[in-house]
Amino acid sequence: MTLKGWRELNPGAVVDNPGSTIEVETGSWAVKRPVVDLDACTHCMICWILCPDSCYLTENFKLVGVDYDHCKGCGICAVECPKKCIAMVEELPQTVQD
Amino acid sequence: MMAIGAGRKAKVDFVKGTPVALNGDALVAHAMRQVHPDVVACYPITPQTILTETFSEFVANGEVHTEFIAVESEHAAMSACVGAAAAGARTQTATSGPGLALMWEMLWVASGCRLPIVLHLCTRAFSAPLNILGDHHDLMGMRETSWVMLSAETAQEAYDNGIQAVRIAEHPDVLLPVASAMDGFITTHSVERVELLPDDAVAEFVGTYKPAYSLLDLERPVSMGPWDFHDYFFEHKRQQVEAMDRAREVAIEVAREYGDMSGRYYGPVEPYRMEDAEVAVVIMGSAAGTVRTVVDELRQEGVRAGVLRIRLLRPFPSEAVAQALSGVRAAAVLERSITYGAASNGLHMEISSVLCSRGLSPRLESWSYGLGGRNTTPAQFRRVYEELLRAEEGARAPLAVRYVDLRE
Repeated sequence: MTLKGWRELNPGAVVDNPGSTIEVETGSWAVKRPVVDLDACTHCMICWILCPDSCYLTENFKLVGVDYDHCKGCGICAVECPKKCIAMVEELPQTVQD
Repeated sequence: MMAIGAGRKAKVDFVKGTPVALNGDALVAHAMRQVHPDVVACYPITPQTILTETFSEFVANGEVHTEFIAVESEHAAMSACVGAAAAGARTQTATSGPGLALMWEMLWVASGCRLPIVLHLCTRAFSAPLNILGDHHDLMGMRETSWVMLSAETAQEAYDNGIQAVRIAEHPDVLLPVASAMDGFITTHSVERVELLPDDAVAEFVGTYKPAYSLLDLERPVSMGPWDFHDYFFEHKRQQVEAMDRAREVAIEVAREYGDMSGRYYGPVEPYRMEDAEVAVVIMGSAAGTVRTVVDELRQEGVRAGVLRIRLLRPFPSEAVAQALSGVRAAAVLERSITYGAASNGLHMEISSVLCSRGLSPRLESWSYGLGGRNTTPAQFRRVYEELLRAEEGARAPLAVRYVDLRE
């Protein structure tokens, strides 16, 4: 992504496209990622409730995956999971959300 | 160089004002009333108190429909101003010395968000020890904050600058907050015969404020003052530099337009008998008037003396200063403050830089005077000129700052 020069910017850094924060990949500097064992998961949703970045993805009240673009790897989910089925790993596996 | 009076209109074309006897504080309160800001968030502090009290009386009496927020501190005052200006309100405030210092954090937010807030600064010494009288430490300390700054000599000029400040701040090329200063007690509290413009003349001069952005604009919702990481912060600050640079021409143009309306013309600097001056004093604020009487006295004795008053402090009028000082053999920069621990006093360093970059090297002395409201007499200013005249041709100025009327 090419960064803009000073002449192209809004004065005072005014952000004039509302809701644009969603485009910022705040998880880009995470060191570890959560990997969920969906077979062991009971879909209690504790991870979904506690995630500070709302990264747990759900469908029909079931946990389906993690938004790795915004996950900062804080590990709260792994610590709080009652089934201990979330592992914080340094490398993201190739297939994770099948 | 700004030639005062060049292109002047005939006297009959100027708007006729009303002569009144008012002190600087009350007169600037009138300027605020006539500008009719949407919001004023203000906290009282000597010597700005008469200004705040007078303006709040106008509000209470319904003479102006400004939303006056009686905040709990100066930090709150500037914070409220930032919020109001961000919401698209024409916003003003006023303070002095320690009050300005308490606003320090928010001064940067105001300029960083590019909000055209006008602050009337009634200069006052910083504590400690406690001194409520006028000097320029607050003015000098504010130079870093990316605010446009004007320094008035008289109450009349404080009124005139205060009105011009609105146009400079709100100019689409500028969009920076403006501080319009006058000397604490000397100008704020002394009654002068001044001319008050008619309300409609001021209203027409400042016009209706059309904010570039507004937090209350639901059609174009915006966020202001966002997180700005190392990849963009530098570029946003470079933009501010551009705005400051453009403010120089804008300030000159607004002053010309104000002169055409009122008959009172001002430049970024106000030279007095500088055209052929051999020795000169450079000074800001009310003391310039005293120095002019000394210049006249010396001129009678055949000395080619002059005085240069700096009116526009930020952006620094480098070109105008260099031009005014280009023919001078020796000059003393008299500052009503001390820039502690610096190579020399603040203005002296700026002027040295300006002259050096243009290959000019008159003898340039750094002096302090009048701290904590101390009065300086014509005889004391005259001694500065005598020192300049006594200096040998080509001798370097001493590195150390010298003091007018300081007891050893």
